[in-house]
Amino acid sequence: MKVKVKFFAILRERAGAAEVLKEISDGCTIGDLWRQLQKDYPKLDVPGIRLLYAVNQNYVGPDYVLREQDEVVFIPPVSGG
Amino acid sequence: MFRVTNQPIDLNELVQYVTDPEAGAIVPFIGTTRNNNEGRKVIALDYEAYPEMAEKELVRIGDDAQKKWPICKIAIVHRLGPVQIGEASVIIVVSAAHRDAAFAASRFAIEEIKKTVPIWKKEVFEGGEVWIGTQTGQPLSALK
Repeated sequence: MKVKVKFFAILRERAGAAEVLKEISDGCTIGDLWRQLQKDYPKLDVPGIRLLYAVNQNYVGPDYVLREQDEVVFIPPVSGG
Repeated sequence: MFRVTNQPIDLNELVQYVTDPEAGAIVPFIGTTRNNNEGRKVIALDYEAYPEMAEKELVRIGDDAQKKWPICKIAIVHRLGPVQIGEASVIIVVSAAHRDAAFAASRFAIEEIKKTVPIWKKEVFEGGEVWIGTQTGQPLSALK
C-alpha cells in the first residue's frame, strides 16, 4: 500500500522534494517509515533533530500503524510566532 | 477566525471580528519580526507552514482558550512567506467581559502557537540563514 509523505522546512530542503508517494508493507509504523526514508534520502538524517509525527493533520506517536493513503508529515521543531 | 495567510495581516479586521456587545475588553497581541537574534543581524524572516494542520491547531488553541477562560471571541492569524523586519508575523485578538480573561487567553494562545502549530521560521542574517529551532544553519561561506 501507498502513503503520501509531505516534507516541510528543513526536511523539504534536505529531501529536495515537498511530497513523495511511498510504498510500505502492512503493519509499518510511522517510526519505521522514518527509518526507511532516511535510507532513501540520507540527508534527512539531521543530527540532534527532534521530530514530531503527524498523520492526516493530527499528531500521533511513533508506534502509529500506517494505513492506505494516510498523509504523513514529519514535524521539525516548530518556530512560529 | 483562525487562518494562515501570505498577505499582510489586517489588525482592524480582527478587532472588528471579536467586537461583541458583551465584551468590556479587547486585547490585541502583535508579534513582529525583530532585526536581531542571538547576536545576529537579521535581514528578513521567511515563514513556512503545513497549512491545513496549522489552521486545525489554531482552531484547537481557540477552543482550549474558550474552555479555560470566560472570553467572548478570539481571532488568530499567522503570516507566511517572506516578512520584512518590523512587520506583524502573528496577530491574536481576544474579547472578554473582563480584561483578566482576555489577557490570560492571549498569553496562552501565543505560547501554544510556539509549541504546537506546524509553522517554521527561517532567519536570513548577515552571512547565512538558519531554520530556527533546528540549529543546523550553515553559514553561506560553508556552502561554497
